[in-house]
Amino acid sequence: MPARNADLFAAFLALGVLLVGLMLVDTALSRRLDEAAVGQRRAIVTTLTLTDLCLTTETRSTRHPSLADLHTPFQDHPLALDRFPSGSLMVLPPHLRPREEAR
Amino acid sequence: MRRALERQRHILDFTLSSLARRRGRNLALLIVYTLVVFLLASVLFLAAALKREAALVLADTPDLIVQRLTAGRQDLVPIRYVESIARIRGVQAVEPRLWGYYFDSLSGATYTLMVSAALADHPGAILIGGGVSRRSEPGRPARPLGKGDVLPFKDADGGVLPLRVQGVFPAASELVTADLVLVSATDFRRLFAFPDGQATDLVVRVRNARERATVAAKISRLHPDSRPVLRDDILRTYEAVFDWRGGVIVLVLAGALLAFVILAWDKATGLSAEERREIGILKAIGWETSDVLLMKFWEGAAVSLCAFFLGVFLAYLHVFFTSSLLFEPFLKGWSVLYPRFRLTPQVQLGQLAVLFVLTVVPYTVATIVPSWRSATIDPDTVMRR
Amino acid sequence: MIRLVDVSKVYNAGRDNAFVAVDGVSLTIAAGTVTALQGPSGSGKTTLLCLAGCMARPSSGRIFLEDTELTSLPERFLTDIRRRTFGFVFQRFNLIKGVSVLENVMLPAYPTGEPHAVVRQRALALLDLLGLAGKGSARVEWLSGGEAQRTAIARALINTPAVLIADEPTAHLDTTLSREFMDSMGRLKARGTTILIASHDPLVRDAPVIDRIVEMRDGRLVAGGEQG
Repeated sequence: MPARNADLFAAFLALGVLLVGLMLVDTALSRRLDEAAVGQRRAIVTTLTLTDLCLTTETRSTRHPSLADLHTPFQDHPLALDRFPSGSLMVLPPHLRPREEAR
Repeated sequence: MRRALERQRHILDFTLSSLARRRGRNLALLIVYTLVVFLLASVLFLAAALKREAALVLADTPDLIVQRLTAGRQDLVPIRYVESIARIRGVQAVEPRLWGYYFDSLSGATYTLMVSAALADHPGAILIGGGVSRRSEPGRPARPLGKGDVLPFKDADGGVLPLRVQGVFPAASELVTADLVLVSATDFRRLFAFPDGQATDLVVRVRNARERATVAAKISRLHPDSRPVLRDDILRTYEAVFDWRGGVIVLVLAGALLAFVILAWDKATGLSAEERREIGILKAIGWETSDVLLMKFWEGAAVSLCAFFLGVFLAYLHVFFTSSLLFEPFLKGWSVLYPRFRLTPQVQLGQLAVLFVLTVVPYTVATIVPSWRSATIDPDTVMRR
Repeated sequence: MIRLVDVSKVYNAGRDNAFVAVDGVSLTIAAGTVTALQGPSGSGKTTLLCLAGCMARPSSGRIFLEDTELTSLPERFLTDIRRRTFGFVFQRFNLIKGVSVLENVMLPAYPTGEPHAVVRQRALALLDLLGLAGKGSARVEWLSGGEAQRTAIARALINTPAVLIADEPTAHLDTTLSREFMDSMGRLKARGTTILIASHDPLVRDAPVIDRIVEMRDGRLVAGGEQG
């Protein structure tokens, strides 16, 4: 007798749940495995007094977003697609956004 | 109990056969739906992983970085500011930082050049990051640079300054060191014709973490042209950096959502005459209202569940096994040097649950609600037609 | 078997277009018999079939199935009884398009929760009985008129009902197929099924398998039944 649609679907769902479970397991395992590497990176940050992750080397404002000021491509509007594609993905840091209370 | 389960399976059987009737359309819907979930999940996973990474790795970043602004632009900081700032109560130490961006015209890459005290007695030597070692010139065969290799730099006078690689930062640290080139102060000054008595910015260590804001305020008062950046600002930058509400992600997501709404439109706006007729037939042959509604539920749920699991799984692979390949063109942009790293996965059940509710529930509801009225019609209507 | 006592059905009651489909009909249908309901269109045949088959509730009067009074039962029980006791063959067959013959036949059994294998077996046996063996996986749209008719009959029988109700079954069939239909009815009668057919086709009326003819006009019985 051919497999029923419903059973095939149920199997697919079960597979989906299994995959999600695997993802969670992978997360837990990777955390443990990467602990040493994280420690190494942290040590380098401390020794060299670094302030940013190196996610892109395209412009100042996306290489060192925490040190950027408003006179970089975000000048017009945070959502404006500026000349640099990385700026279209990375958002204006919170401390550069207008705030009610002065620092 | 067994009967109830068997009933579910039967109705699901029919629902799936029913969906298969309009194979092309439902497949298109599934693909677009999966794409929407995929994009949303990718951004969520990437943001979560980066937030975690930044929070852990940047935990000991300097308490305060003091920059200087002239005419609204970042300017160099006079080293004499060090003494005046060191005298402020609560400040433990102040150090100048010398760093900048160096554009390597031969390869087209931009490096972050930093002065390191470790190389003070080693002029002519540099420590480089993984991205720098992968440097290549167009037209030349690529070969990773290692200890002993020489990198030609152009100094401020136009002359060539060859610097010897003394070491390469480990691959595991690329997320923070990919584009770094550490040099001695002498070489730095020569490369940039950096004026004496100036620094790029100052690193301030504060005795008590709670005093950071107060000290920052004092520094601003002492030197009105200064711009202090607190550790909290640095950390918060990375909490918000990939906010899905910003940037091009919104446009892409909006586009995908629009495609999805168009495909799902006729579901949400009520049943076609054909569908109503079929419900009439089902009721005439013995299906109850609850059976019909169950079928409608599975119609929506089957597609959403498929899209959810497929989208989430693909997003996980995308972000953590291909290093967000699809976002790379955006992150890389015009740059030449691009870091290579594998982010530590950060996926929580809570996150997935929220994603599930956001993506599965609306569509399923949109499938059931419009059929409510049709599902309740009297069984004899089909006879009387 | 089925007893209708002074049953009336009014559609759109209380409004301008109120319409009395069935007016004070009393009728008893004996088990194992084949009854033909005759009358012009609009005479209320279809409505009477619906009432007899638990598809609709009468506006007044009572309906009994064996000893159970149906008119006082809540909706859920009514549907359950209808599913178990009655099978319907519609004028236009009303098969679900795009779905296979076998699945169409099995559909009425889906909500009952009976095991799949059991239902499937019964469906295949019915297809065999009606000369449709091997057509199980065919799409309903590919069937000829006669095959569609027989599929509709098979579907009506999947829950092994005690009563088969057919509404103008020969309306869209030629003489040969109509005769085949009446032959199938004969075979079912031999198995003990009670049959109720509404038709204005003389071929049906004159078929030897018919035990009794009931005539209707304007919602009332004219001959063959008990007047209310």
